[in-house]
Amino acid sequence: MSTDLNTKLIMRNAYRITSDRRHTCLRVRVPGGHLEARHLSLIQHIADTYGNGTVHITTRQGFEIPGIPYEMIPEVNRALAPLLEALEVAIGVPLDDTTQGYPAAGTRNVAACIGNRVCPFANNDTTALAQRIEATIFPNHYHVKVAVTGCPNDCIKAHLQDFGIIGQAAVEIDAARCIGCEACVTNCRKRVTGALELQNMIAVRDAQRCIGCGECVLKCPTGAWSRNPHKFFRMVILGRTGKKNPRLAATFLEWAAEPVILAVLRNVYKFIDEHIDRSLPKEHLGYIVDRIGYPAFRDALLDGVALNPQARVAERLDFHGYWHTADGIMQW
Amino acid sequence: MHDTPSETRRVRLSCEEADILLDNLAAHYRLFAPVRLPGRGRFSDQDAIRYAEVHTVHEIEHARRSHFSPKEILFPVSQTLFYLMDDALQEPQDDPRDMLVFLRACDIHGIARLDDIFLNNGPEPEPYYARRRARIKLALLECRHSLDEHCFCVAMGTNRTDAYAMAVRCDEGQLLVEVRDDDLRPALPASAAPADFTPEFPTADPQPVVVPDADRLQSAIRDHGFFAHPMWADYAKRCIACGRCNTHCMTCSCFTAYDIAYTEQPNAGERRRVWASCHIDRFTDMAGGHAFRDENGSRMRFKTMHKIHDFYQRFGRHMCVGCGRCDASCPEYISFATCISAISRVLEER
Repeated sequence: MSTDLNTKLIMRNAYRITSDRRHTCLRVRVPGGHLEARHLSLIQHIADTYGNGTVHITTRQGFEIPGIPYEMIPEVNRALAPLLEALEVAIGVPLDDTTQGYPAAGTRNVAACIGNRVCPFANNDTTALAQRIEATIFPNHYHVKVAVTGCPNDCIKAHLQDFGIIGQAAVEIDAARCIGCEACVTNCRKRVTGALELQNMIAVRDAQRCIGCGECVLKCPTGAWSRNPHKFFRMVILGRTGKKNPRLAATFLEWAAEPVILAVLRNVYKFIDEHIDRSLPKEHLGYIVDRIGYPAFRDALLDGVALNPQARVAERLDFHGYWHTADGIMQW
Repeated sequence: MHDTPSETRRVRLSCEEADILLDNLAAHYRLFAPVRLPGRGRFSDQDAIRYAEVHTVHEIEHARRSHFSPKEILFPVSQTLFYLMDDALQEPQDDPRDMLVFLRACDIHGIARLDDIFLNNGPEPEPYYARRRARIKLALLECRHSLDEHCFCVAMGTNRTDAYAMAVRCDEGQLLVEVRDDDLRPALPASAAPADFTPEFPTADPQPVVVPDADRLQSAIRDHGFFAHPMWADYAKRCIACGRCNTHCMTCSCFTAYDIAYTEQPNAGERRRVWASCHIDRFTDMAGGHAFRDENGSRMRFKTMHKIHDFYQRFGRHMCVGCGRCDASCPEYISFATCISAISRVLEER
């Protein structure tokens, strides 16, 4: 007898419809991309017991466990419960019944670079922020991709997400400690945005050019530069890959505090619900905004959000993507 | 420091009593000690530990080494020497109050090295340093053991000192205090309980550091081309000349000075003196674009020789006091302690 499935429900449970008619593939989320190593043994157990003994590491920092027969899904979900408890419930994600597997898959795993637990460049604990974001927006069926990165090097590729969160350091100089050595000025000119210069032998920052990378703090030999301990974030939005119009995300917010970031992400879902084209099997957020326009999207994202005084909102979005057209390809 | 041991008072103070002591001291002295500045460290979410004015005992970071040394109290990172307005010249008012600085034994020895450079190195004492130096009393922050793996005070002979006005040990929420200075003794609260406390000192470094014999080193330099030894070429590849070893050092005392004219009032300006250092670019720049030590390995060699050879030849003791701040701050993990031990080995093998 053939397998009879409700593929919609299967997919919402974080299982894939695959190129193999008899087998599915479980998508395990790892919010923030960091987990205690002991959880790997459960992932191995599921792969060995129910799957084909292999695991795929995804670009979103999850694990896909392929080769699971569809009929094993309830059993796999029960085996998965400790992982859901440890990686979702423990960080504040509201799950009623952890023995039923993931309740949604549309909003993807919130990915993060390794952050300041390891990386000297990072301006924040990206894993912890990614976990707080996960607790804010998951579970949710709408397709939204979010990633967190600790500095503008953007190792997590926040610029390819619907929402990319980039840690910003509000750097401050103690002029009494500046010796005019220009270590920060030279580095900023050669490697960043040239936001620093010496004025009367003391380093001065141009707030319009500074992107808050924190490099000056790393370079300063006297500790004249330091980070304001308050954390700030740049939010870039509506980056995407895909067939129609790939593009890097554009800056929407700068110098936003964490509550602003979380409130904006909470507001996304209402906007999608109001404007999504339900005649399509799926419409990505970026294409919704392409139809509706940035001003309406901006207003929806900022609805009821108390911006911190330092925060700045983009007047417009400048995307530098491309449309794939045959005209652009040389014909031989 | 002229008192006899019989006048020395040794007491145990509760937290409240310790703060009374600081309050009483603060009536006559500005108190400086290492403090923790949350989130102000080089890496995000890490603290900076620096010297700053304190008013209570709990502000004092007593467990860890300060990142920057207490030298900046005597020899500020940047100091305006005088202001200029047309033809008039005016010196800034230095704070006239006396200061009491809490610091480690190695740093007390470090101040003696700064004295050598600023007070005893020429016909005249250097006035800006001398002015502050005359106002400072030293309070020993006891190290019963090395603070961490970077310490090598025992090797440098700077682990012990008696050149202090008072000494303190933080002991499970209480403060053990030894007061030797007549001027400080009245600041002790009347309720202070006598205690059997004299400061202890580290007796071993976490790892043995071998200091080269300065005379053998001199002969190696003069007669055996030690500057051409391949070890310096190795540092040329590793050192990035960021200057942190110098700026964090307790005894690096080089400076430069410049004049500026105020942007909005070009007929007024000031002369500033700022730290300069042998690892930072432009230190040896001369007219015509010449520089003596363009290569980072030669900067490392110059600094090393100054710390364990040149200064010794002039003053009869090493400049380096083994505080370990250079090693703790180097982003390239160059260990000065390892370097001088390596020099000792080279001399042995000769």
